[in-house]
Amino acid sequence: MKNSIKKVFADRDIQQFIGKQLRWGVIISCSIALLGGLYYLFAHGAEQTPNYSRFSGEPMSYTTLTGIMKGVFSLRARNIIQLGVVVLLATPILRVFFSLLAFVKEKDWMYVIITTIVLGIIIFSMTSGVKI
Amino acid sequence: MYTILVFTLIVLVGAYFAGLLGSLTGLGGGVVVIPLLTLGFGVDFHYAIGAALVASIATSSGSASAYVKEGITNIRLGMFLEIATTVGAVVGATIAIFLNSDIIAIIFGLVLIFTSAMSLRKKGIEHHVEGSPLAKRLKLFGTYPTKEGMKSYNLTNVVPGFLVMLVAGATSGLLGIGSGALKVLAMDSAMKVPFKVSTTTSNFMIGVTAAASAVVYLQRGYIDPGIAFPIVIGVLMGSLSGAKLLKKIDVKVLRLIFTFAILAVAINMIYNGILGKF
Repeated sequence: MKNSIKKVFADRDIQQFIGKQLRWGVIISCSIALLGGLYYLFAHGAEQTPNYSRFSGEPMSYTTLTGIMKGVFSLRARNIIQLGVVVLLATPILRVFFSLLAFVKEKDWMYVIITTIVLGIIIFSMTSGVKI
Repeated sequence: MYTILVFTLIVLVGAYFAGLLGSLTGLGGGVVVIPLLTLGFGVDFHYAIGAALVASIATSSGSASAYVKEGITNIRLGMFLEIATTVGAVVGATIAIFLNSDIIAIIFGLVLIFTSAMSLRKKGIEHHVEGSPLAKRLKLFGTYPTKEGMKSYNLTNVVPGFLVMLVAGATSGLLGIGSGALKVLAMDSAMKVPFKVSTTTSNFMIGVTAAASAVVYLQRGYIDPGIAFPIVIGVLMGSLSGAKLLKKIDVKVLRLIFTFAILAVAINMIYNGILGKF
């Protein structure tokens, strides 16, 4: 009995933490995207819309982390938006990582394995992506 | 053609209503965003899918945050099923890269028809199941808050549920939508998870599933900042207003109208796809 009460409390803590982490991830990423977006409209709003009807592939500066960061440091608006997108993508992935730590702390080894598998699939997806 | 300012503002307004309708009807913003961009603006399907995936991460993480804190979401169940949805998502995203837009449009139309049929189904039936041995071994049981206090539940049919989740992940990676209908089918119909738990857990899983395929789209160059910006901000704002409105209005009639509207869009997609117009 005592054990199960303890488990409920531990689960509560994890729930609170994950809940907060998800919310802050969304707030931070969308603020970055909004900032970059407003700057984009301010600097390029009067230009013609690029042709989106045919896929032409984005340059490396939008598809790799180093490319995106280089653009951010030279204050390019589209790269700042893309940084927001990357932080947003990282939000649920970080959630999985924090769940892993929580299961380790709880010594729930079965779920440590399950969570590691999920994290492994995502990392595989991140690293196996063929660059153009 | 439009200037960037005009394009961004129109897409922003469209995305706002997509998010609003998506959250009021529970179908998610993706089912509106993709037709809006492809049929409405002639944007290439892959760009539209990329933007919709990013938007679904924002909305699902935002609302999942509240449900997780209230203790409705079953984190273990979500984590276990995420093995299936992430594998499916990576496979789906990889297939999408090799398919041409017309075929994606036809598949999208078919999934929309399925989604609208599912949303007309009766909801909230109470299940009373003895948990299966596998479900117990995986600790998939749980409790959730109701008006009468915490209620515990058990579940069954783990393997069929897991397999449906593979398909749900693949459609999500292929089409950029949350595949909420398939996720609920797996948890509600197969595994007998209480409705409140299955919808919130499904929502919780959408973020990770979408992220697994979004990284593929990002590296392939299918996520364009000029489209992602108005779509993400618009859909997020729309779904926030939707969540507030949901507490005040009865959405039964709206849900019915929306279902038929989705059906019309689906037929349009399939028709244009067959004619090779994308």
